[in-house]
Amino acid sequence: MDREALNRLRWRCTRRAMLEMDLLLGKFLDERFPALTPAQAEAFAVLADMEDLELWPLVNGTQHCQDPLQAEIVAMLRDVRVK
Amino acid sequence: MSNVNIPVRKFDAVIVGAGGAGLRAAIQLSEAGLKTAVLSKVFPTRSHTVAAQGGVSASLGNSEQDHWHWHMYDTVKGSDWLGDQDAIEYMCRKAPEVVVELEHFGMPFDRTDEGKIYQRPFGGHMSNFGEKPVRRACAAADRTGHAMLHALYQRNVRANTQFFVEWMALDLIRDAEGQVLGVIALEMETGEIVAFHAKATVFATGGAGRIFHSSTNAFINTGDGLGMAARAGIPLEDMEFWQFHPTGVAGAGVLITEGVRGEGGILRNSSNERFMERYAPNAKDLASRDVVSRAMVTEINEGRGCGPNKDFVLLDITHLDPATIMKRLPGIREISIQFAGIDPIKAPIPVVPTCHYQMGGIPTNYHGEVLDANGQVVKGFYAAGECACASVHGANRLGTNSLLDLLVFGKASGDSVVDALRKDAVAHKDLPANFADRTLARINRLNTQTGGANVNDTRLAMQRTMQNHCGVFRFKDKLEEGVRKILEIEKEVARTEIKDKSQVWNTARVEALELDNLIEVAKATMISAEARKESRGAHVRDDAPDTPENPNGRDDKNWHKHTLWQRDGNKLSYKPVTMTPLSVETIALKTRSY
Repeated sequence: MDREALNRLRWRCTRRAMLEMDLLLGKFLDERFPALTPAQAEAFAVLADMEDLELWPLVNGTQHCQDPLQAEIVAMLRDVRVK
Repeated sequence: MSNVNIPVRKFDAVIVGAGGAGLRAAIQLSEAGLKTAVLSKVFPTRSHTVAAQGGVSASLGNSEQDHWHWHMYDTVKGSDWLGDQDAIEYMCRKAPEVVVELEHFGMPFDRTDEGKIYQRPFGGHMSNFGEKPVRRACAAADRTGHAMLHALYQRNVRANTQFFVEWMALDLIRDAEGQVLGVIALEMETGEIVAFHAKATVFATGGAGRIFHSSTNAFINTGDGLGMAARAGIPLEDMEFWQFHPTGVAGAGVLITEGVRGEGGILRNSSNERFMERYAPNAKDLASRDVVSRAMVTEINEGRGCGPNKDFVLLDITHLDPATIMKRLPGIREISIQFAGIDPIKAPIPVVPTCHYQMGGIPTNYHGEVLDANGQVVKGFYAAGECACASVHGANRLGTNSLLDLLVFGKASGDSVVDALRKDAVAHKDLPANFADRTLARINRLNTQTGGANVNDTRLAMQRTMQNHCGVFRFKDKLEEGVRKILEIEKEVARTEIKDKSQVWNTARVEALELDNLIEVAKATMISAEARKESRGAHVRDDAPDTPENPNGRDDKNWHKHTLWQRDGNKLSYKPVTMTPLSVETIALKTRSY
């Protein structure tokens, strides 16, 4: 991913409605995103485009993701430790 | 680049910020047929209004008898008598109207069996002037702010409001007479700098909670409107008043709900002592927010904090049955694991008092018109929501009045613009020749700075200074030292350096520009707090304790007045609190107790 695209994604991951999502998505981008396959990166971009109140229940486990590839990314997001 | 190269776009009105206040103002303007631009750093429904879950208050009386005058009383009392009573009466009287309007815009409020808007009780909401609790909060499950933003956004789409998404406003444009003529803004996607030339400019940029190290605010809340106003010579009012929540995860700031203590959670210090027994022998860990926050800070200040830096205390639920934790406190385990690295079933959660809401802001009257340091209306300039200070929250905000504030004053500011433009149906005033000089100088400095300060390190130094010297419980010596430190950090902000000098999607530049705004708010807060030698509402000083002469440390004789901080020379001045409501009698000063 080129610098511009990555910066755009970074902005959309770290300027969100909820602090929780800023922290988790920002950390994910730093730690996990570089190793994703192109298909996984695309699935992450779809999740990052969701609104926080759609994405947060998936991450905190109160709702489940139907798409298998997105579910894989959600599982990785659940593993992110901000601390 | 010089002024002559800057593209100029003309609108009747430009609104900066697309949260609840900005969207509500935009509806008034667009539906009145004005050509309206709304600038936002993010897509509107990603604004921080989403995080307001509790509800919006209005004396609809759907569940039991209620009255706007009782709501007004609760708000004045909540403000510790620092709120302006004309603005508070206006807001509480308008509340039923703006809530019903929102319902008509499609807001999916919870309903009673009869189909009316369901109302629930909320802390501080009382009937008959403080007599007993009343159900006044209207909500859409636990997603009130989210639902509100969607309803307002859809209405704007219908009204043809023009949105400029992922644009950051950089500075106000004022002419020699002080009239505001629009803003200069940066489009992130292209790096282009554009002037938005407008007959009216409305700021609805939200709060600046990111000045503190521990904050529940999303990263977007960098006080851009306050920074721009301060640089343009507009004062900031009552910036010493910030609402804190006792239990944010240390380091991250993510909120741990009060329900954790309700279910038996215990606060402990480094000696594993249940310290709240000393501060509140009866209520213990369930004492009020301010009592708990102060006790936590006292423990940390006296060396009984936990961790390598002894800078947090512990919230312990390890004695609770794991099944109870999973059933009664859903999500708390996940939050603790993800944001504190702690499984609360096995170990206690590190917590600190955490900044939540900004009571002060850009001074306005209850029409949403911005006021200068002399109390005169600044022509062409309006503000609403958390960035503005009407002042309805005074020294502390009543729960659910934040969403009400943005609806009422978003609408009021929009109406004021419509009235002004109808009365004064003239062409755009010419832009001054040098309108972008200061902004371009800031950008050019960032582009050429070498050997400068790192943006992240400087922001962190500011946040730690604010947290340690100007947090929920304040001390004379620490405030004085805090003023010195924050003025030193300001010098670093003036020499920040970014490695990436590119034009397109340069987020490093945007973050440096955000820091330019944060530091203005940090200075205003620290300097205003150091100067106010009393305790009132959310501003609590160790050297202004509860005495018979000054109950709760409040000193009405000397300090019943609003602070105005001005950037030029860090000058402080004061103005009286408006004690005369619009139609009812003054709610006279008395000691605030719950």
